[in-house]
Amino acid sequence: MAATGEPILEVRDLVKHFPLTQGILLRKQIGAIKAVDGVSFDLRRGETLGIVGESGCGKSTLAKLLMALERPTSGSVKIKGLEIADARGGELKRARRNIQMVMQDPYTSLNPRMTVGDIVGEPYEIHQEVAPKGDRRRKVQDLLEVVGLNPDHINRYPHQFSGGQRQRIGIARGLALQPEIIVCDEPVSALDVSIQAQVINLLERLQKEFGLAYIFIAHDLSVVRHISDRVGVMYLGKVVELGRDTEIYDRPAHPYTQALLSAVPVPDPEGRERRERIILQGDPPSPANPPSGCRFRTRCWKAQDICAQQEPLLQIRPGTAHASACHFAETHDVVHA
Amino acid sequence: MKKTSTPVLPARGVAGNEPLLAVDNLHVEFATRQGAVKAVNGVSYALNPGETLAVLGESGSGKSVTAQAIMGILDMPPARIPRGEIRFKGTDLLRLPEDARSQIRGQRIAMIFQDALSALNPVFTVGSQIGEMFQVHRGTSRRDAHKKAIELMDRVRIPGARQRVNDYPHQFSGGMRQRIMIAMAIALDPEVLIADEPTTALDVTVQAQIMELLAELRRESDMGLILITHDLGVVADVADKIAVMYGGRIVENALVHDIYRAPAHPYAKGLLDSIPRVDQKGQELYAIKGMPPNLLDMPSGCSFHPRCPYRQDICVTEAPPLYEIGPTRNSACHYWREVLDGSHG
Repeated sequence: MAATGEPILEVRDLVKHFPLTQGILLRKQIGAIKAVDGVSFDLRRGETLGIVGESGCGKSTLAKLLMALERPTSGSVKIKGLEIADARGGELKRARRNIQMVMQDPYTSLNPRMTVGDIVGEPYEIHQEVAPKGDRRRKVQDLLEVVGLNPDHINRYPHQFSGGQRQRIGIARGLALQPEIIVCDEPVSALDVSIQAQVINLLERLQKEFGLAYIFIAHDLSVVRHISDRVGVMYLGKVVELGRDTEIYDRPAHPYTQALLSAVPVPDPEGRERRERIILQGDPPSPANPPSGCRFRTRCWKAQDICAQQEPLLQIRPGTAHASACHFAETHDVVHA
Repeated sequence: MKKTSTPVLPARGVAGNEPLLAVDNLHVEFATRQGAVKAVNGVSYALNPGETLAVLGESGSGKSVTAQAIMGILDMPPARIPRGEIRFKGTDLLRLPEDARSQIRGQRIAMIFQDALSALNPVFTVGSQIGEMFQVHRGTSRRDAHKKAIELMDRVRIPGARQRVNDYPHQFSGGMRQRIMIAMAIALDPEVLIADEPTTALDVTVQAQIMELLAELRRESDMGLILITHDLGVVADVADKIAVMYGGRIVENALVHDIYRAPAHPYAKGLLDSIPRVDQKGQELYAIKGMPPNLLDMPSGCSFHPRCPYRQDICVTEAPPLYEIGPTRNSACHYWREVLDGSHG
């Protein structure tokens, strides 16, 4: 779905450092895990921004910052112009009505002792102004219907549903307050392959129906390509490349994006012997002690002296049409090669 | 009582026409309070030396239970194998006594698991766990086993093997732990390696490293590899042939190139149509309706019929046999011709 209009979510220089301490009595900070380290982007109404990256790159911490579940070390998150990074009390509560979350694991993110009706209706307990008490049951049933569940199952418990149905319950809960933004953190990765498509199609239908904007965090690059209008690639707490989906997937400019894309298995055995594979050596460095300059340089085949000295900024580079953070950015199609 | 005859263990090296490993009409049941659950229901597949067979299926399809039956690591009871054979070079493993079986397990047929962290013992160094393979099975001294462990860590490309041999599992990353698992599995030069979702818990760049390592090891030693997975991308990348499982049965088996070109079972076709691809931006995804069957309450006839777009009356009443539809190909669908035609179209 094409994005229109003004940004409803503005993220600027967002930083989250988790302190590393030593000592029991006299705790003293000896360092910090730089989980998110200077991330900026906009999200427009009705748009899907995909965030990809490997474990430890900070994508889930980013989700928590957007939801104001974690306080940022510095930087700003604005929802429709309203700053939530330092909002408190009633102000924070109002801001949160507009941004909701769908979690990864439908088995642990639903309270087993609550009925589906109580789970989906719980947001109304907190935001009582949205639905008066008498209306709630009907509203919850409407929501169940919207996500493709039987409204008569309102009194059932989570264990009576399959994984895909539970994820639908989680989505219904996310929709309850009619938010404009939904943060989806790995919403389909715990589901069986034949169920993933159902949930992806549901998310797309809901987006069209309610004009939702999604932050879609996932490690599956194929799923992200399918659903996203724009994609941001994260590595060690930074966005290294950001652009329209076709730009990122067909003309990636950052070496890390190229390596990541070339590693994704394509479900087509034709020509598999000729396919280009960039196999990265080793593991990502620790976010407690990231390399100087460009954080990817320790695993990069293009690295020069400048990469250790100067941090490449996320900007549009010569010969490319989207932003990438590499001194030697050069577009190269690895997926169709 | 003393045993009267010692079972004949298959020799190393190539046997006649018999495949390296053949699973033949295997049935596995689990006793539960709600009755017997038929987890595996007449599964057959064969593996030749140097070959990669992918077993594809969703949770509950019976793909892992079949592998555990091959390894002989099912808890019996509650598990029971009422029928079937598992022939390793012509010898039925299910008829071997336990001591003969343990000669094969880990030495001739080895297995790696999805979750390397819980498969490794946290209180022993990785070197001692790899070396233990030699001490237990080969009677190697501790000192030599330690050397062998370093060699193996080198072989699975763990950087700085000599320095890291005395580290503990938690000191390694997920990808490195999976390499340690692989080192243990290949320690005794097995002829068959079963990899049960070996990369599911790993990131894609690490997955690529591990799959490449497995392919190299297979080429070096002519080992047969059974790759259990739910990832159609991984299958397309590395497998020679594929067995698609659904509800405890094989619904299609084929050479990999054939099935991706034109699947002959509606479930295989549905799966291939439903996955988004990194190399193209598609329209709305095809979604297989419904959900995987409950093993306690299997649908009548063909177990896929409640979800199948090709369903006719016969599918509800009569379970399809595994039709032979080509020299290397089978499909358990009454309407495989229509599915195949639809795939070509």
